[in-house]
Amino acid sequence: MSHHIVAADRLSFSYPDGTSALRSVSFTIHHGESVAVIGANGAGKSTLLQQLNGYLIPTSGQVRIGDFPVTAKTLHDVRRTVGMVFQDPDDQLFMPTVFDDVAFGPLNLGVTPEDVESRVSAALQAVGAGHLAAKPPYRLSCGEKKRVAIATVLAMDPAILVMDEPTAGLDPFSRREVIKLLKEFSHTRIITSHDLDMVAEVCNRVIVMHAGEIWADGTTEEIFADAGLLASCRLEPPLSMQNCVVCSRRRPVSAD
Amino acid sequence: MATIEGSMLDFRQLDLLAAKDTAIHRLDARAKVLVVLLFIITVVSFGRYELSAMVPFFVFPVVLVTLADLPAGFIVRKVALVIPFAAAIGIFNPLFDQELRFFIGSFGISGGWLSCVSIVIRATLTVTAAFVLVAVTGFTAVCGALGRLGMPQVLVVQLLFMQRYLFVLADDAANASRARELRAFGSRGMGIGPFAAMTGHLLLKSWERAERIHMAMLARGFQGEFHLQRTGTFGYRELFFVGGWLVVFMILRFINIPLLIGDGVTHLFLAQATIP
Repeated sequence: MSHHIVAADRLSFSYPDGTSALRSVSFTIHHGESVAVIGANGAGKSTLLQQLNGYLIPTSGQVRIGDFPVTAKTLHDVRRTVGMVFQDPDDQLFMPTVFDDVAFGPLNLGVTPEDVESRVSAALQAVGAGHLAAKPPYRLSCGEKKRVAIATVLAMDPAILVMDEPTAGLDPFSRREVIKLLKEFSHTRIITSHDLDMVAEVCNRVIVMHAGEIWADGTTEEIFADAGLLASCRLEPPLSMQNCVVCSRRRPVSAD
Repeated sequence: MATIEGSMLDFRQLDLLAAKDTAIHRLDARAKVLVVLLFIITVVSFGRYELSAMVPFFVFPVVLVTLADLPAGFIVRKVALVIPFAAAIGIFNPLFDQELRFFIGSFGISGGWLSCVSIVIRATLTVTAAFVLVAVTGFTAVCGALGRLGMPQVLVVQLLFMQRYLFVLADDAANASRARELRAFGSRGMGIGPFAAMTGHLLLKSWERAERIHMAMLARGFQGEFHLQRTGTFGYRELFFVGGWLVVFMILRFINIPLLIGDGVTHLFLAQATIP
């Protein structure tokens, strides 16, 4: 279905102060793909994500979500199709209770109050947070906040999930839970992260950005095997693909 | 230690009390908001030298605290924190208004002292009522009720956002202040300068956060309309609650009960004295 394609065509963007954040970026992401956008701090990842739901409008070039280009006129449809999970869940959870927060999107989309209830509980069940519905967001742990933030987006039934650093700041257990969740989804997924081990598990394609440009675009295996490329972009292969720290430190036992 | 964090934590606790399930908690939030508004208007409407007539109004918070099973000591401590501010407002009255109004024996009390004490009593009554309202209703429900009573939605949303991000801002402020303290090494930490920078930094941080929140709202289809859950009905119970308190407030407003009792006692003694 062309409906779920995300395509950028020679996309460029400069901030009002003149900083050029994206330079002629092009890619096409197909339905059901799970794609990671990786790069050093300031490589342009977050700027790229903000183009995908029309929060920023390109200086030149175009983004297409399904059949429509992202313009001021199509914003409503674009935002219904692209669900965005922000890095800091405190920015995303602004309503008095978890229930209200998850209901915020569907109510804006015009879903009737009866249907909203079932959508909210389904979304909360999907992330294993059904028991948190009545709690105010400030009483949740960081891991719970993150899962609820994902539920707020799932409740809008988007075709494409865009996530900024979904595992940042989580303890190993919560991180594992989020990874499990991400693997279960059948949506098209676009994820930025510095957690390259998570990327290796969840994504089958990786786009490497450096200084506002795309330096590489390929399968996860190809990209992570190319240590030279990663080093030139201020990255490293995932820890799970590096030599074991403990074993490599061990000296050979001498004969005498 | 009385820190920003400490007082924030207490504020959350006040909100947590609203989760109890008593007859008072179950009333529709609008009824409680209305009664507290009536209470505040009545208390504020007294003349500035009035003291004795206001004292019986303490019956309102006392009854609510008892019926709603709230920890009275906790509420009293919270109110005690605010009262110095009220006292600061009235503290200069004795200087400006030195006309003697009242004598205890040969000791004269000026109008300034009367009005100062009157301000403190008023503040105690109204602040207690407001705290009790939040403790039996919850801040969110109070905002919802204000909206349903006709307050513009923009203001309701402002209040809700304030309560949501007050905690986040307080956390930020507490972190910054702790970071300064840890490197101040007991000295005064370069005076007031760092605090100015800290405040500016907090403002910028809040600004950026506001932008990100707006982005998150837009991403979820926000188009200027805020949908809040509307629950609860205004039934006979609520009507009785509002009507009952209204009658009590009116009686206490127009009949000075302490004065009546005082007169009664005086008459009794006079009557006994005149009996041969």
